[in-house]
Amino acid sequence: MKPGSVAVVGAAETTQMGVIPDMSVIQLHADAALNTLKDCGLTPKDIDGVATAGESPVAISHYLGIKPTWVDGTSVGGCSFMLHVRHAAAAINEGLCSTVLITHGESGRSRIGAGGWGAAAASLAGQFEAPYGTSGPPSSFTIPVLRYMKDYGVTEEQLAMVAVVQREWAGRNPRASFRDPITVEDVLNSRIIAYPFHLLECCLVTDGGGALIMTSADRAKDFPTKPIYIIGTGESVESPMVSQMYDFHHSTAFQISGKKAFAEAGITPKDVDHLMVYDAFAHLPWYGLEGLGFCKPGEGPAFIAEGNTRPGGKLPLNTNGGGLSYMHSGMYGMYALQESVRQLRGTAPAQVPGAKISVAQGVGGMFAAAGTIIMANERP
Amino acid sequence: MADYRKPLPQPTPETKPFWDGTKSGELRLQRCQSCSHVYFPPRPFCPECASRSVEWFKASGKGTLHSYVINHRPAPGFDAPYAIAIVMLAEGVKMMTNMVGVEQTPEALKLDMPVEVTFEQATEDITLPKWRPVGGAA
Repeated sequence: MKPGSVAVVGAAETTQMGVIPDMSVIQLHADAALNTLKDCGLTPKDIDGVATAGESPVAISHYLGIKPTWVDGTSVGGCSFMLHVRHAAAAINEGLCSTVLITHGESGRSRIGAGGWGAAAASLAGQFEAPYGTSGPPSSFTIPVLRYMKDYGVTEEQLAMVAVVQREWAGRNPRASFRDPITVEDVLNSRIIAYPFHLLECCLVTDGGGALIMTSADRAKDFPTKPIYIIGTGESVESPMVSQMYDFHHSTAFQISGKKAFAEAGITPKDVDHLMVYDAFAHLPWYGLEGLGFCKPGEGPAFIAEGNTRPGGKLPLNTNGGGLSYMHSGMYGMYALQESVRQLRGTAPAQVPGAKISVAQGVGGMFAAAGTIIMANERP
Repeated sequence: MADYRKPLPQPTPETKPFWDGTKSGELRLQRCQSCSHVYFPPRPFCPECASRSVEWFKASGKGTLHSYVINHRPAPGFDAPYAIAIVMLAEGVKMMTNMVGVEQTPEALKLDMPVEVTFEQATEDITLPKWRPVGGAA
């Protein structure tokens, strides 16, 4: 895409966050959508493009009373919303629609109106992974990490530090699920979920939603909100089975997606003020830092453990508290995008002073997919 | 066997030769007859060069322990804790599995230790490849 040609003009999350037992999945989408429409002074009748994952764009359009000229139902896991932003930018520039609503809602904790889990027995994952006792992301997403840790000489304390640092950020966010400070000892003493991962190194399971509204940069100046420009985008996919990712030391999808986004934006990691890396588990920020070029291979763990990403550090990372401490509904990518927008609007609870460029890196499935969105609050 | 309660694979036309192999005590992989690439999981063409000229062959059944987790939240039919392991086969492909004949502890499960395939009959139709340390427990 042409950097800065499209902007986010509306962004909001669900009214409540965390445990929302009185709302079904589709209503979480709608609650976030209504808050986002209000944020930028629009009504559903002003929307002509709809993108979503989990629910179908048909269901969301009809539920909100939208008659769109463009939809995108790309559903590749938690980074789907990064891909929606990218696809929406292309659609707006191509004239397929002018004002796109992207919605997310998930009843991860309460499971109200939510579907089931599990792979079909005839799928490749059903044949070659499920028989060995995988029981959801905690016992699959985590599988590459012992290989990574042995080859790069990483300690369990360094893995724990990821959770400790993100809790520092969460402590500054009133909407975060967990805000009390934790130590490395607290993390290592928490219940083992799937060795080497302890409870505090796994994401939360909560309810919530979020939505974005995008339009052309030329129209964006007529909105009451500060436009946040999309300056670089990337996406890729890798393997539907974590056991078959190309190399356990890095995410090939992260590398492809990140390279494309940085090239499009015409920037390097040195230009970035604020970073979000989808953290379903504590090793994800390592793969994000290295896959995007912020750190060399194997240097992510020390970079975080040495404090570079904590409040006051040179690269503020996951400033909402992340999936480990803020919230995680199942497809967290939307919340990473929301925090990038807040930081660039200057409205984040843990505001990074003067942040101008933010990168949001998403992962889908268990290293199955990736999406990268680079935003700026000044039009390039 | 009748009371096997763990998830079972459902073979498809493309994967049936693999499961027929395990049933007869043979671990089978595929090799491209055009570019010699060896790959897994099964498909009737080469993921490297897209050739449809591919053949099944009996794998060495040797490999090393590449990575794992020890799962404490059991899947249906499993008793926790148990390791979900990745074996790097001598042929250069990765395969998920369970380790047998060895304690399910970080101390016993050493990365890169040599392992060999063994077969565990689950039902009349399905036999799963599992792996064990070469020469008994480490």
